[in-house]
Amino acid sequence: MKRWGRTAIGIVIVLVLLFPLYWMVNASLQPSGALLKADPDWFPVHPTFTGYTSAFSGQLDHLLTSVIVALGTVAVSLLIAMPAAYALAQLKIRGGPLFVFALLIVQMIPGIVMANSLYTVFSDLNLIDSYTALILADSTATIPFAILVLRAFMIAIPRDLTEAARVDGAGYLRTFAAIVVPVSRNAMVTAGLFAFLFAWADFLFGVTLTTGSTIEPITVGIYKFIGNQTADWNGIMATAVLASVPAAVLLVIAQRYVVAGVTGGAIKE
Amino acid sequence: MTLLIAGGVGARTGSNRPSRARATRRWRDRLARFAFLVPAVVYVLVFFGYPLAHNISISLRDYTVRSFFTGEAPLVGFANYGTVFDDPLFGKAILNTLIFTVASIFFQFVIGLALAVFFADRFPGGNLLRALLLLPWLLPLVVSGAVWRWMLDADHGVVNAALRALHLTTGATPWLTSPHWALPAVIIANIWIGIPFNLVILHGGLTGVPVTLYEAAALDGAGRWQRFRHVTWPLLRPVTAIVLMLGLVYTIKVFDVIMVITGGGPANATQTLTTWSYQLSFRQYSFGPGAAVGNLLIVLATVFGLVYLRSARTSLAQETR
Repeated sequence: MKRWGRTAIGIVIVLVLLFPLYWMVNASLQPSGALLKADPDWFPVHPTFTGYTSAFSGQLDHLLTSVIVALGTVAVSLLIAMPAAYALAQLKIRGGPLFVFALLIVQMIPGIVMANSLYTVFSDLNLIDSYTALILADSTATIPFAILVLRAFMIAIPRDLTEAARVDGAGYLRTFAAIVVPVSRNAMVTAGLFAFLFAWADFLFGVTLTTGSTIEPITVGIYKFIGNQTADWNGIMATAVLASVPAAVLLVIAQRYVVAGVTGGAIKE
Repeated sequence: MTLLIAGGVGARTGSNRPSRARATRRWRDRLARFAFLVPAVVYVLVFFGYPLAHNISISLRDYTVRSFFTGEAPLVGFANYGTVFDDPLFGKAILNTLIFTVASIFFQFVIGLALAVFFADRFPGGNLLRALLLLPWLLPLVVSGAVWRWMLDADHGVVNAALRALHLTTGATPWLTSPHWALPAVIIANIWIGIPFNLVILHGGLTGVPVTLYEAAALDGAGRWQRFRHVTWPLLRPVTAIVLMLGLVYTIKVFDVIMVITGGGPANATQTLTTWSYQLSFRQYSFGPGAAVGNLLIVLATVFGLVYLRSARTSLAQETR
């Protein structure tokens, strides 16, 4: 009985803390006129999907841009981080620990500093407003994290396993492709998931490395949507709901990878 | 010295040829292993090393929009830093950064710890509810910022409506348009965003506390608070240090939340070092001072970061002991 009391309190806590999300969904379903009343409706009394239709028509390009950038960031991050993590975890490499330390340090660098200098670098290379620039910039945040998470996992792969392959005549590349990669599947999902979520959520690089003339990620789309004086909160909140979908879906289908990433990134580093 | 080594190597390789082959093989082996790390090393050098050096270089130059076309940016020494220090906004941005960081971390930590302790006891649905609480942390910060901007709206926001319904206020508190309320408003939003992170890490730390210790303390007649005070708190210290330091490193550089909710305004009431650096570089196109502010941020973040790494190392050492 006492334990169910805890559950009740827990539900209340969750309701209070997740209220802002409810409020987002609530506003996304109400006509703009209803949102501007003095006392708000606590439920969508007259639900409407105009917000979502306007979000789709106005923000579809931005959503697509974000999908491409996020998937590109996942690919680049894993391509570079997987072999590096293997080298740092399984192959004795001189200077390896120093490199790990460098990865920890570069994670502390504030994004605005990176944005500042990457802007000048990419504009020299004529890469402003390009997927390449956004993917490479987002990868600065995801690669160090991915290497550290994957390395922490690969250290635990028994040496017997990798060395047996070597004795059988497999080179490092074969060992890597045939043993390390398949065994590390879970850690790859965690690293890839966080790379996706970061790139999807990125606002700083999006707002500094695009001018709005060609491509623009959804986060920048929302930012500019809010900046419009019209303040169509119904449309804004509908867009916000759409932008939240990947995070919500991933939390549901990949919760244990998410938790592994949060704790792995913080403590095992 | 050099001669000696050269002679030694020559003597060795000259005397027996198989060992030379072995040396080449070892070299090849070392290269093969290093090849796996090369892409990452190149990436870090190109995308961290170069930009950082570039940022320092920009901060020492008169870098303007024109520089992009002419490629000319004359060296001006530390003039940009002088400009930044003399700017009346400098003190304000430092103070805002400090208040924002300390207040955010304090409340995130206290609330996160309380929730972690609450969820540490097993009860039906506990794990599911705890997982749901992660959601705010996974959402894009722009989304969270947008939601809070809407909730804190003076005339139509739910926060003011709730305060009126509870008879705590009668009017409409101008959360985002008053210089007095804007900073508390962005802090409240940021606390909400940071609670899940604190909860997850502290919860992880709590599960590491042996149950037998609680049982022993309970047998000795320790109440709930005493058990927390004398068992949980001391054993949680390494994890606490990690959470606080990571919180510092994250919070100092918060950008999205402030940009979306207030944009640094009104009247710079929520301008922090991060948003100010953005304003300087990307709104006023004063890249030199913008880079200078950025470098000050790096110094701040690295100092806290090194403290974090030290505490993380000692806690890891304690774990393995």
